[in-house]
Amino acid sequence: MNLVELEKKLIAAARLQVPDERVPYAFEKRITALIAARAAADHWVFWARGLWRAAASCVAVAVVLGAVSLFTPATPDSSKDLSQDFENTLLASADLPDNSSTP
Amino acid sequence: MEERSEAELITAVLKGDAASFEPLVAKYSPRVFSTARRYARRESEIEDICQEVWLKAFDKLKTFRGEAPFEHWLMRMAVRTCYDFLRGHQRNRISSFSEISEPEEDWLERFVAEPGNVAEDADAAKLLIGRVLEKLSPEARLVIQLLEIEDRSVKEIAKITGWSVPLVKVRAFRARGEMKKILARMTQEKYL
Repeated sequence: MNLVELEKKLIAAARLQVPDERVPYAFEKRITALIAARAAADHWVFWARGLWRAAASCVAVAVVLGAVSLFTPATPDSSKDLSQDFENTLLASADLPDNSSTP
Repeated sequence: MEERSEAELITAVLKGDAASFEPLVAKYSPRVFSTARRYARRESEIEDICQEVWLKAFDKLKTFRGEAPFEHWLMRMAVRTCYDFLRGHQRNRISSFSEISEPEEDWLERFVAEPGNVAEDADAAKLLIGRVLEKLSPEARLVIQLLEIEDRSVKEIAKITGWSVPLVKVRAFRARGEMKKILARMTQEKYL
């Protein structure tokens, strides 16, 4: 069989075939509705993404602070912590008269 | 109300007025559907392709610079979407030619008897070329469709597909070889 001729004939047949330009009813409305629906979905996606990012950064900050508090070496004078200082400052006025009364 | 120009509609869409996209869809959908029908057969598949083309067009509208007509930009997108569809739907390529209908067989027999006198506008010939095209690889099918059937130049095909000119030439060469092999297989299956 002459394959070259067959190919020519079939290509000619394909050229004669003009595809249909028919569009389904209200196709443009469907596309517009799809775009609108996607925009609404995008709005929620935007918020969800933002909240996830915020949550992730909060977790990262918590981990860093945890690591810092865990690995920071204890101060040599461990008895003198913030609560002790606070108490001393608060009671300083009460301690002073006792010192002045002594001869 | 005065009809807005294409450029005005595109500007409005880019400013956030999605409703202005509708007249563009209404105007160019016949061409998009016609292109999709060259690559897909089922109506549901054709509708899916066209829907994807328009959604892509909406998403990428900001990349349209207005240097070429909107229609050209859109048709490039349509052809590329059809190519993606072909790559995702290669199920018909493996099947044999055993399902050829009686009119197609008759047409082939008449071609064997009198190659010069057989009519190429016969429905059987159109069905037969449809089967042959379905068996080509996506690249080969796209090249044969654009180069041989739509009679486009290599440069035009390169612009539409985004391939380089040498790549189009190489793919065209391979596509012709692939087509010859398929035709040889078809005639062997029928006449041996």
